[in-house]
Amino acid sequence: MSRLQIHDVSVVYPGINGGEQVRALSDINFTIEPGEFVVALGASGCGKTTLLSLMAGFISPTEGYLTLGDSQIDGLPRVACGVDLADQIDGPGKERGVVFQKHALLPWLNVIENTEFGLKLQGVGKAERRQRAASFLKLVGLEDFHRHPVYQLSGGMQQRVGIARALTNDPKMLLLDEPLGALDALTREVLQELLLDVWKETQKMMFFITHSVEEALFMASRLIIMSPRPGRITHEFELDFNERFLECRDARKVKSMPEFIEMREQVLSIIHGDEAAGGLH
Amino acid sequence: MSATKALDAKAAISPAGSPQQSSPTLLQRLKKIFSAGPVMPGESYGAPGRGKSAAISLVTASALLLLWFVTTTAGWIDPMFLPSPVAVLARFWEVLTEGFANATLLEHTGWSMMRVFGAFALALVTAVPIGILMGVNRVARGLFDPIIEFYRPLPPLAYLPLVIIWLGIGEVSKVVLIYMSIFAPMALSARAGVRSVAIEQIHAAYSMGASRWQVIRHIILKSALPEILTGMRIGIGFGWTTLVAAEMVAAQAGLGFMVLNAAEFLVTDVVIMGIVVIGIIAYLFDMLMRYAERKLVPWKGK
Ligand SMILES: Nc1ncnc2c1ncn2[C@@H]1O[C@H](COP(=O)(O)OP(=O)(O)OP(=O)(O)O)[C@@H](O)[C@H]1O
Ligand SMILES: [Mg+2]
Repeated sequence: MSRLQIHDVSVVYPGINGGEQVRALSDINFTIEPGEFVVALGASGCGKTTLLSLMAGFISPTEGYLTLGDSQIDGLPRVACGVDLADQIDGPGKERGVVFQKHALLPWLNVIENTEFGLKLQGVGKAERRQRAASFLKLVGLEDFHRHPVYQLSGGMQQRVGIARALTNDPKMLLLDEPLGALDALTREVLQELLLDVWKETQKMMFFITHSVEEALFMASRLIIMSPRPGRITHEFELDFNERFLECRDARKVKSMPEFIEMREQVLSIIHGDEAAGGLH
Repeated sequence: MSATKALDAKAAISPAGSPQQSSPTLLQRLKKIFSAGPVMPGESYGAPGRGKSAAISLVTASALLLLWFVTTTAGWIDPMFLPSPVAVLARFWEVLTEGFANATLLEHTGWSMMRVFGAFALALVTAVPIGILMGVNRVARGLFDPIIEFYRPLPPLAYLPLVIIWLGIGEVSKVVLIYMSIFAPMALSARAGVRSVAIEQIHAAYSMGASRWQVIRHIILKSALPEILTGMRIGIGFGWTTLVAAEMVAAQAGLGFMVLNAAEFLVTDVVIMGIVVIGIIAYLFDMLMRYAERKLVPWKGK
């Protein structure tokens, strides 16, 4: 497996109707090593989704470039109108799976058809893809909803279908944009542990966006904290609470360790300091 | 709130205000119709136009029929302007069995349906692919956009003479005229459908290893389907609208021809009967399309 590198990347969104340009990311240098679980934390609008879209290949950087192993990932040509399918080099690929913040399930397919969709695209036979999709649906607790239309599911259930779909496709790298945002506390903990297990077992590279400090500390082997206008990475921490959990299998115990609590206070003060300095609009 | 207050004040002033207090006033009833009101499970508070309207439509239709019946049988209107429903029904039977203007009603209907649905089928296999192509490809969009946008607002009667000069007065020019009126709305709907696809769905497909062709087939075409079906409904409507214009020139049969011919000789009951037949066929087809919509795109608007 190969590392993902971001070299001096800036992203500037053009102003709409002659409005002001938005510098969403500024001079990002950053590497995700094989087997790393990277979590990004930061206030709304600080460029987390933009960073993820770059890695996924959905947008191209205004300055700088990205590499995955030896190959440059340039992304789609900027899509102004939404669906201008101009020719593309590299861009997204099935080695980088994505769990989206919203709107990415296909309403004309039911739950299991959505989950197996990637395998279907790759020509995997029906029996095999059904079986693999079913096993991941069971993992996310949706084994009783195979034939449900996705637009009738609750927000949290839709997110779980999104996670199962990405896992079923078995990518080398998983990019998750607030995947657990709409879930209740209990399901959230179950899925946190599930994702850690999957990570441990498959050694996938993970890039995980969240708004929850506790979740960030619990999941990350490396935590990056971002600040807005312009979007930058301001802090980085190497963490091992996820490893500790995988040893003792007791999330509550890990989350009440003195080191964990100390770390949480430190991160919270960074975030609050940022908000005081940057000023929320 | 203020309206109710004003009403109360009125009731207080009026000495004969007692019946207003016991039963809801007209204004209160109107307010109830236009307020959001409580909802059943599966419905949504404040959704625009929520609730059933079939019963109201039935009442409207019956009232209009009754009005027609009463005014004509009472002799208030000259039958040359508006014949009674009975006369129209009698004429319907007569044209059905004996015919009018050298053809029976079934022949007239058959010819018209062949023209409209023939043009519709032609538009379906050309306009929808071209509309989709315009959505996904800038070359196709640049090529077709000025043509369609230019002729779309023109009334078919305006370019009818040109069509006749080019294609003669035979069957071809009739079908082409109807086809042209259906083509534009259908192509533009297909194009709008392509544009309505959520970019996240396209991204998701690419991230799962989809090729460009797979994205078009599995995501874009599916997303565009609701609007394509809407375009078909709008298109066939334009088709019926243009039918009469198409049958103005050298037709031997057809509902539009029948109506025009009857109008020339002031046979008003045939005129009305023809209008009703066209209306009923168009309505039935629309019902069929709505049924297809419910079956094919149950996720629409969700
Ligand atoms: N397509 C776009 N066009 C113009 N500006 C954009 C676009 N997408 C994002 N932005 C701007 O870029 C900045 C970063 O947006 P981004 O979506 O990356 O934030 P985020 O950190 O993911 O926020 P959230 O936590 O709310 O999801 C914001 O100021 C936003 O307004
Ligand atoms: Mg975001």
